[in-house]
Amino acid sequence: MLYRENGQFKTSYHTDQQIFPIGQDRLLILALAAAAFVVVPFVASEYMFRAILIPFLILSLAALGLNILVGYCGQISLGTGGFMAVGAYAAYNFLVRVDGMPVVLAILLGGVCATVVGVLFGIPSLRIKGLYLAVATLAAQFFTDWAFLRIKWFTNNSSSGSVGVGDLSVLNWTVNTPAEKYLFCLGFVAIFALLAKNLVRSHIGREWMAMRDMDVAASVIGIRPVYAKLTAFAVSSFIVGVAGALWGFVYLGSWEPAAFNIDRSFQLLFMVIIGGLGSIMGSFFGAAFIVIVPIVLDNAPILFGIPIDTATASHLTFIIFGSLIVFFLIVEPHGLARLWSIGKEKLRLWPFPH
Amino acid sequence: MGPFLETLIGGLMSGMLYSLVALGFVLIFKASGVFNFAQGAMVLFAALAMARFSEWIPKLTGLDSKVLANLLAFAAAMVVMIAVAWLVERLVLGKLVNQEGITLLMATLGITYFMDGFGQTVFGSDIYKIDVGMPKEPVFLFENVFQGGVLINQEDMVAAVVAAALVGLLAAFFQYTTTGRALRAVADDHQAAQSIGIPLNRIWVIVWSVAGFVALVAGVIWGSKLGVQFSLSLVALKALPVVILGGLTSVPGAIIGGLIIGVGEKLSEVYIGPYFGGGIEIWFAYVLALIFLLVRPQGLYGEKIIDRV
Repeated sequence: MLYRENGQFKTSYHTDQQIFPIGQDRLLILALAAAAFVVVPFVASEYMFRAILIPFLILSLAALGLNILVGYCGQISLGTGGFMAVGAYAAYNFLVRVDGMPVVLAILLGGVCATVVGVLFGIPSLRIKGLYLAVATLAAQFFTDWAFLRIKWFTNNSSSGSVGVGDLSVLNWTVNTPAEKYLFCLGFVAIFALLAKNLVRSHIGREWMAMRDMDVAASVIGIRPVYAKLTAFAVSSFIVGVAGALWGFVYLGSWEPAAFNIDRSFQLLFMVIIGGLGSIMGSFFGAAFIVIVPIVLDNAPILFGIPIDTATASHLTFIIFGSLIVFFLIVEPHGLARLWSIGKEKLRLWPFPH
Repeated sequence: MGPFLETLIGGLMSGMLYSLVALGFVLIFKASGVFNFAQGAMVLFAALAMARFSEWIPKLTGLDSKVLANLLAFAAAMVVMIAVAWLVERLVLGKLVNQEGITLLMATLGITYFMDGFGQTVFGSDIYKIDVGMPKEPVFLFENVFQGGVLINQEDMVAAVVAAALVGLLAAFFQYTTTGRALRAVADDHQAAQSIGIPLNRIWVIVWSVAGFVALVAGVIWGSKLGVQFSLSLVALKALPVVILGGLTSVPGAIIGGLIIGVGEKLSEVYIGPYFGGGIEIWFAYVLALIFLLVRPQGLYGEKIIDRV
């Protein structure tokens, strides 16, 4: 009853083609956006911002980028951490080496550099498929790890190998407090989510999905594999690169290549799978799950007053985290996004049986 | 000539060890289509079990003989690995039949986390030693052929021989036993195998146990070389390019791939590395595999990928 589309007639092409054709969806998204922009900055505590909200936003942006590649275009990538690193280090170099470079432009240029690298490592996808490709993309991960560790030019010859940025300022606004950082990230996430949502329902998104479902059939009906696959790599690594730059600039402040190691790649892939392949909403669900669960697990012994030393606790976290992932994959292999849509189906009739 | 031969032989030997780990990947992929990321965690887990059992068994039973204690520890660790195989089949893979490859891959990543945590909770997380009495001191070979000879680590030599023997054993097992034939049948076609009465579940337990055995042997060899510690599970990442270079479905591919990667890695580190500032070992194998796959997308000996619409 709550989620009925009865009586919502589409009388023009415009209404038929809007992003959320169902009124309740529009309302929900608007309410969510309003809450995120207006309410949360005043309500959340500093710990909430630092430990949960900011990493959640940035990682969901990265998961969104990865979801375009894996979920929409069907190319499994294990090199996401590497592309994030490219974004972060390129943005850093633009910021440091060019005088008066605006922060936002530096972050976007970092994304552009990640795009170039992403397309470069995407070229093998034209020949190599499936799991072979997944392993082959690890080349990107290890290569970037090595490059940022060994080639001093990238880190501006910093002696310790770690780089950092000072205060971020956009026009006259200095992004200082956690709430401001949150809003800064939220702006990026909102824009890119809208962009991605529109991209995947445009002709190019349909080409990606055709590629994913069966690439041979897609090329037979006239979709160019080169174009479809490489654009997916480009868009995906652009978003991932921007997320990487944000991760370095906003969340970490100063970082080393280890911040973008292979565990990060796995983590992002988990988000995409647990959230739901081929779903924008799912990227957010997945990111929320992966960010929040370890925090809850880490704090659970303290909450319940069980004394456990930190080493054991971290091992237990590993155990529970691993089992949860397996559990989720068994219960709902299509991810949290599927649960969400099932919930919406149920809400159509609820509380009536028919 | 001497240094070159030395690098070459060193490469071949470390390549043999890579192929040992790669073999575990291939066995499981062949039989169940699962790309088992947990192979590295299995190596670590098995090595931890072996190291700790060989400590505990003499303490509990008062055994004096070191050989006997090691043998008992090996057997106990094998039992643990079989239990792991059974549990994995029961609790994870059996419930994920007919899922997509990527879901299965993520499930094995979940298993990886679980085993890393579980192994270190049960067996402890310090650095342990496995001492199976491998000879440590290096020897010189070919001293009369040319000046200075070639310096070779005896430990590596033993490891290579063991690895080669294991590969031969597995090949024979696959070729000549009834179970091996059943395994090959399952690898060929799940449905057809099932329809002629091969129990899939049991085959999976067997194949995971065999992979566990391979992991145990790899764990013992690597463990006695480097010490048993968390970084042992990263050996799997070294073996991944071997697997795709040799072909996901081919046992000989894993061997040849391992040798190519081992040699390529060592030679590149010595002869190309200095131009790049060193440390290129970490990505060279991947790039080598990548370039190779551009020419043969299915790897050296993998089944040809045929697309049908």
